[in-house]
Amino acid sequence: MEPAVHLRDAVALLGRFPALAGIDLDVRRGEIVLLRGPNGAGKTTVLRVCAGLVPVVRGVATVLGHDLRRDVRPVRRRVGLLGHATGLFDDLTVADNVTFWGRAYRAGDADIAAALDLVGLSTRLRDVPVARLSAGQRRRTSLACLLARRPELWLLDEPHAGLDHDARDLLDGLARQAVDQGATVVMSSHELERAEALADRVVELDGGMAGQTLHEVPHVA
Amino acid sequence: MWRDASLVAGRDLRVEARSRVTINQVAPFALLVLILFAFALDPDGPVLERATPGLYWITVLFSALLAIARSAAVDEADGVRDALRLSALDPAGVFVGKALAVAAELAALEALLGLGVIILYGADPAALGLLGGTCLTATVAVASTGTLYGALVSGLRVRETLLPLLLLPVLAPVLIAATRAFEAALGGVPADGWPWCGLLAAFAVLYSVAGALAYGTLLEGS
Amino acid sequence: MTATTPAGTSSGTTTPTSTDPSGTRTGRGAPGSVGPSHTGSAATRVLGLLALAAVGLLVLYGLVISPADREMADSVRIMYVHVPSATYLYVGCFITSLASGLWLWKRTPGWDALGETGAEVALVFSFVTLLTGSLWGRPTWGTYWVWDARLTSTAVLTALLIGYLALRRLDLDPDARSTRAAVLGLLLVPNVLVVNRSVEWWRSIHQDSTLVKLDPTIEGDMLVALMVGFLALGLVFTWLMVHRFRVAWLEQQADRVDLDAALRERRAEAKGQVAPPAAPDRFDTSDPSGPDVDEKVTPA
Repeated sequence: MEPAVHLRDAVALLGRFPALAGIDLDVRRGEIVLLRGPNGAGKTTVLRVCAGLVPVVRGVATVLGHDLRRDVRPVRRRVGLLGHATGLFDDLTVADNVTFWGRAYRAGDADIAAALDLVGLSTRLRDVPVARLSAGQRRRTSLACLLARRPELWLLDEPHAGLDHDARDLLDGLARQAVDQGATVVMSSHELERAEALADRVVELDGGMAGQTLHEVPHVA
Repeated sequence: MWRDASLVAGRDLRVEARSRVTINQVAPFALLVLILFAFALDPDGPVLERATPGLYWITVLFSALLAIARSAAVDEADGVRDALRLSALDPAGVFVGKALAVAAELAALEALLGLGVIILYGADPAALGLLGGTCLTATVAVASTGTLYGALVSGLRVRETLLPLLLLPVLAPVLIAATRAFEAALGGVPADGWPWCGLLAAFAVLYSVAGALAYGTLLEGS
Repeated sequence: MTATTPAGTSSGTTTPTSTDPSGTRTGRGAPGSVGPSHTGSAATRVLGLLALAAVGLLVLYGLVISPADREMADSVRIMYVHVPSATYLYVGCFITSLASGLWLWKRTPGWDALGETGAEVALVFSFVTLLTGSLWGRPTWGTYWVWDARLTSTAVLTALLIGYLALRRLDLDPDARSTRAAVLGLLLVPNVLVVNRSVEWWRSIHQDSTLVKLDPTIEGDMLVALMVGFLALGLVFTWLMVHRFRVAWLEQQADRVDLDAALRERRAEAKGQVAPPAAPDRFDTSDPSGPDVDEKVTPA
């Protein structure tokens, strides 16, 4: 099977600025890869490129078998991006949000209902407008929106930020579960200890480029 | 596309239902404008009565500016644009859904203002078919044009001042046509009004198509 | 070579050189990579002189040679400027819409600059149209403004152009700004048509729709004067378009960042743990933009 992500000397621009300046990255299916590096290194951009949100202007970029330089749209259906922004409508309730986004992603009603259960938001919270939730609860809601679409490739941008200890454990568990079911995870994090424990491989980024794999992290089964 | 449209329309209307901005703020604003017009123009003389169609539609236009700004603001929330791009939603469907939601809100406002004008200005409703047809076509015209232009200025710091500047000249023909149609209905010859209604319908079709085609480009490129 | 030609000489027009990564579409001649100190050239000097000559001729014909009209007396002379001015206003709008559409299709920066140019020059002509119309109204009607169809639609069109130019001036990522402006620009001509139709129709209910009518039986020296008016304003219009386009083009060039230089800078940010790819693929022919510069990047 083709790799989940294959970038070769990829250059991506944000406006006029080359956020990715010729990056090489390979992610096999079923892997969990952690992107590490200083702020401004391009970690978020790599994730957004893989989601098909930022175009690649030079080099090779293939995600889940789709050539991103030809058409990004097929990729978007198959990935789930959890970024800094929540992507939620403040006036609507948790249930409204997850239902809307679930349907927008063409998820089945069963998956939508299951997603709400999986993120551990109590039933009484589901009818609360998002504006009144804490940051951690909002993150869980965003995560539910991602879960509903059951993506093959998870793109997590600093997913642990703003989550309490239990929520972080929950996220790690869900990621592992997804990988066991065939998904792939690429994430960036500053929570190095936890993230490295979760990841199979760590890749260092800087200056818009990726370095060699720093080390393989053996699974603690 | 229609499925996406109804999903998005439902969402926008639900946002409105939960926040109640149109009901609580825009509607009172509209009635207030009607009252201010009465202060500005002597309510005892014939001026107010003769000017009623024009004043009605100007009030609708100003209220529409607010409703459209609110509609555009829903999709400006943090990360929503990205999520829309990642979703399987057809941009044309998103456009139609948003326009339909705005149209529904405007229709309610127009009914309210119609009552206001009857009570406050003593207008005498006649030729209801023409009045209804005008309201329908003008509403679709304003809603579709406004949704497109709302997307043109969405996310910009200056959008509050830029939206009226861009939208009002474009809607000038709608104001002209709707006012003439109303004048024909209320005390004129109703047959004169129907051609204006036709112009409104053509306008509505033009901007519905333009918006559906352009929305995707705007969603991606800006 | 163009790069060594002093900017002040009259041979400043050059064809785009290969170092221009944007791929110009203009036939008017874009300056080479050095950047001239002004937008003049031999062609525009000739054009400018012709325009001046034509304007002079117009003044001669308009004010002196052609006779006063039977009905409108001397104020008919305004028509020789007013009517062409309104025509070129529409030409400018049409250019903007066309350029906007072409930009959305081809995404070449030249079209974007052309769209901006058309709108600005059209705005100039819209002011001329409004002014001349207003000046016509004064001796005829005693007021500076009349709500006739042409003046009214020109006023609305002026507002549309101001709005378009306001959108263009926004502080935004250049591609995003160009996209939004292009969509707005593409709608300009349909908007103008709808506005004109509805205003004409509206005013025709009450009065003759156009103030300054083009009498089809116009002949003789008056016809000549009008033709000279079209010619003179046409030359002025073209001269303005060329210069304004070059300014817009130069502005875009100044904004452009050489991608490879930017890449070098970006890579230099890496603090040593990360090196550029060992075997850089410099022969990636799938990317049409940018020269194939053989980069020698030393790892930090």
